[in-house]
Amino acid sequence: MNEYTLPIVFGLMTGTLTRLSMLRTDYRQYPTYLHGKIIHVALGFIAAGLGTVAGPAIMEEEFTAITFLTLAASQFREVRNMERNTLTELDSYELVSRGKTYIEGIAIAFESRNYLVIFTSLISTLAYLIFNIWVGIIAAIAALLISHRLMSGGKLKDLVEIEYIEPRFDGAGLYVDNIYIMNIGLPERQKEVLRYGMGFILKPKNMNARTTIANLGQRQAVLHDLSTALGVYRDSGTPALVPLAKRDLDDGRVGIFVLPQERDIERAITVIGDVPTLENAIRMPSEKKNNEGGAGA
Amino acid sequence: MMLEKFVLAAVTTNPKKVPSGTAVFHCDSKEEMETVAANLEAILDGIAHALTEELLIIVKH
Repeated sequence: MNEYTLPIVFGLMTGTLTRLSMLRTDYRQYPTYLHGKIIHVALGFIAAGLGTVAGPAIMEEEFTAITFLTLAASQFREVRNMERNTLTELDSYELVSRGKTYIEGIAIAFESRNYLVIFTSLISTLAYLIFNIWVGIIAAIAALLISHRLMSGGKLKDLVEIEYIEPRFDGAGLYVDNIYIMNIGLPERQKEVLRYGMGFILKPKNMNARTTIANLGQRQAVLHDLSTALGVYRDSGTPALVPLAKRDLDDGRVGIFVLPQERDIERAITVIGDVPTLENAIRMPSEKKNNEGGAGA
Repeated sequence: MMLEKFVLAAVTTNPKKVPSGTAVFHCDSKEEMETVAANLEAILDGIAHALTEELLIIVKH
């Protein structure tokens, strides 16, 4: 046991605890309980180790040793690929798929959380080494709070107002408010749709939100989360019962049509509001300055 | 090229207005047309869309 043993153990602990605190399995049941979680805790432990040993390396003026952090970068890029491949494979067996944008968002989150673990371990170990364990604990708590702040993205309720609208038929056309959803030709199927169907209108709060909810991946994420939380009235081979989201071209509102097994309007509105705003769907047309010019700018 | 939608069959009560180039099912009444379309929908994993009162098409999405 040398002078670095305790700081390294401390850094390993704070890093692993940070990863555990960021690893939540909610109604979406991902990562799966228990084996999926073990993989991510183990990778978090490795990330904590990499971050921790960077501290003593700096203290010993072994600056070239820091380059092994590049190993971590390539290692955790692999984590992202692993998540992307797994979720894409599983998506084909979902009754309402997640969509590629949602999958990419989840994969990015898994990679970035490991970098946050490295950051937490590095900061807390350095604080322990330079000052003492108390400063180390304070630094660890601060890093943990920063990590939580950085990992929590926006929610859909920040961007849109959500309103429940009973779906209706005009001839064979199914509508949610004035938004055309699809054509259902059989009267029997129409009755089924009216009995189980629910409609929601997402009204964007500003121009940025209008562009973000227009993204097909963001709309698919809403349908997936809603179907996961409330169940879905459909089976394979019933394409007429598939949930859909269509856009009003005039004002950018999005009409959501779903067939849940549990018809709870309040809960459905809460679930839609809690759908994460996908990083790859966010657009900020308001950031485009009027004086910016040039092709493709 | 990958086709995302394809008309699998047409079901009609009006033989004068049937499309060509796809399987057509002639029916005597609206009820028969709906029964045939419901069966085709289940068999072909398609959706029955109404174009007119006399014509349904089964589309693969």
